[in-house]
Amino acid sequence: MTETTKKTGVSRRTLLKSTAGLAGLAAGSGAITGFPYVMSAEPKVLRYLGTAVNEGDDISKQCLKDTGIKIEYITATTDDVTKRVMTQPNSFDVLDTEYFSLKKIVPSGNILALDAKKIKQFDNITPVFTKGETPGGKKIGGQGTAPWKVLYLEGKDSRKFATSPTEFVTLIPTVYNADTLGIRPDLIKRPIGSWSELLNPEFKGKASILNIPSIGIMDAAMVVEATGKYKYADKGNMTKEEIDLTMKVMTEAKKAGQFRAFWKDFNESVNLMASGETVIQSMWSPAVTKVRSMGIACTFQPLKEGYRSWASGFCVSKGVSGAKLDWAYEFVNWFLSGYAGAYLNRQGYYSAVLSTAKANMEPYEWAYWMEGKPAEKDIKAPDGSLLEKAGSVRDGGSYEDRMGSVACWNAVMDENDYMVRKWNEFIAA
Amino acid sequence: MDTSDNILQQASPDLVRGSDMARSAKAARLSPSFISWLQAGPMMLVFLAFFLIPLVFVVIVSFWDYNEYQLLPAFSGRGYTDTFEGCIAQLPDLCTIGKTYVKTLKLCFLVWVITLFIGFWVAYFLAFHVKSKTWQMGLSLLCTIPFWTSNVIRMIAWIPLLGRNGLVNSGLMKTGLINQPVEWLLFSEFSVVLALVHLFTFFMVVPIFNSMIRVDRSLIEAAYDAGATGFQTLVNVIIPLAKPGIVIGSIFVITIVMGDFITIGVMGGQQIAAAGKIIETRVNALQFPAAAANAVILLVITFLIITMMSRIVDIKKEL
Repeated sequence: MTETTKKTGVSRRTLLKSTAGLAGLAAGSGAITGFPYVMSAEPKVLRYLGTAVNEGDDISKQCLKDTGIKIEYITATTDDVTKRVMTQPNSFDVLDTEYFSLKKIVPSGNILALDAKKIKQFDNITPVFTKGETPGGKKIGGQGTAPWKVLYLEGKDSRKFATSPTEFVTLIPTVYNADTLGIRPDLIKRPIGSWSELLNPEFKGKASILNIPSIGIMDAAMVVEATGKYKYADKGNMTKEEIDLTMKVMTEAKKAGQFRAFWKDFNESVNLMASGETVIQSMWSPAVTKVRSMGIACTFQPLKEGYRSWASGFCVSKGVSGAKLDWAYEFVNWFLSGYAGAYLNRQGYYSAVLSTAKANMEPYEWAYWMEGKPAEKDIKAPDGSLLEKAGSVRDGGSYEDRMGSVACWNAVMDENDYMVRKWNEFIAA
Repeated sequence: MDTSDNILQQASPDLVRGSDMARSAKAARLSPSFISWLQAGPMMLVFLAFFLIPLVFVVIVSFWDYNEYQLLPAFSGRGYTDTFEGCIAQLPDLCTIGKTYVKTLKLCFLVWVITLFIGFWVAYFLAFHVKSKTWQMGLSLLCTIPFWTSNVIRMIAWIPLLGRNGLVNSGLMKTGLINQPVEWLLFSEFSVVLALVHLFTFFMVVPIFNSMIRVDRSLIEAAYDAGATGFQTLVNVIIPLAKPGIVIGSIFVITIVMGDFITIGVMGGQQIAAAGKIIETRVNALQFPAAAANAVILLVITFLIITMMSRIVDIKKEL
């Protein structure tokens, strides 16, 4: 590749245009980073690998407008993102992934920690990430891979998490949420208040849980604890015996016909719920919104045992350096500067820097999404479609109430390997 | 250039005649077997590069060790032992992995029998009842329709049809045949087999049709003249002559269904595990050696089935 370029003077762009296959090869091999003199004449492009949560056309368009950086999205599921970091670290520049994946990603040495000093808004990042408490001072449950446990590295090239703050940050936080069960209030017709309802025989053949082992087992653990069968020391880091116990409870329920189906992606969960195949299931907030926007009643039900939370953020591939690294910082700084934060808040997620997001939202929007107040006007989605009519209140209430009730975080356990095998057996049982 | 000329000359001896002596002498020196090798060469190279070598890698990796985030290139049988962990202790009960393979075989068998039955008659209709070539072409293209939609579309399409509140259930309820919605229509073995048959019957139709179209019509006439009934002609003439197509179609269907995990996952509501699913979950958990080990096991089982089938019919001879 390098030879061809030098001899014939073919610019990278021509090469990319001429054959898509070659382009893939070049991207994969990391050859692109090999000749900065070509790059300086090129538009600023960042290949952005992540799940679809943070990825939106509006965000990339606004980013191009504000910074001149063109974002090329590479969308994959959480599992696939991790796989890609392990096997093709040169196929992306910016990585958007979840904190719980860090336990796998960081030891692989394929990502570069970012320098907190170069992140303008770093000190304004919500204390949810840095201290494990809400801005109002409520302590947040730390079971599982809570972000503050894996936020810092000991040194620039360290593969170990630091126990106290350093300037090297594994993931610059961007978005997070508190997850709970979704229900169909029109089909259940009574209040639901506990995770244990998922295994209530009343909903036999009408319940569902997600089939992503590391997240599904956390939901299962919330259920087991809610039924009073067992109390875990750390739901996000079970012993083999605890895994066996959890899977036994779930397998018995499965054999008794409790579950209608398991789901693995967003659309599956929406379809199950919208068609009435299930009336209670693990669900993600935007999926609930989607069902509701189809005109079907669906509630993201707050439960007394609290929420299972997740968080994601940015880092860059180990191969990124020079100008490209500067753009990556520019992009991360732009992302935290408000537009993207407000955009995510309007989808029902939470942004990492609250102050800048607030400045980009209308006061009535902020009051509805963040303060748990009844909507003064109709609430619209970022694309302009109607989400909620004036007067409605967000499920679960304010930011303080929701994030303050987080019980545990998505996690990768020490016994992950064993857990995955047991989960497989549960699915096959 | 030279070589291709030679091949050309070899292929059509008429061309050689009349060209100058030196060249024809040179062509004669290249043995026919060498030329066959040359002709088969490109395909062999593709086969080697994209099938055999990766396959060897899969077998090698299946004997590696692994941890959370990387492959450890040290010999280890862990991929295999982890797969069958606790299976011996559970005997005579089948362990989950054993049940999964049995379930896979069962689904495979059901799909095979049904696609063979439907595929045979569709091919029979196309080959013997449809006289015009255009119609034959048009109707076989019609069979490809299931491939025009993606899995997600199909999944969404089945729910309103087979679901609890779906078309079939509400129809049955209205006619008074049932009081409660039938639950096993969707997310069950029934729906899995239905979807697989819907998708893969085409793979039976094409090879069987291909064999049938080449059946010498005079044989059928001869059978008729000799006083054979339609059924006797079918059993003694058409089926034996369509055997290569039947076996090739069966190989297609069996290999695809044995490895399928997407359709089984979607239509089974992710509740029915198949051999392919085990591999997928392993890969997702970054346990590549274990995934490779399961792939090898699956390969061996599929290979055994195919060998058994080709024992029954010698495809090489029949073709």
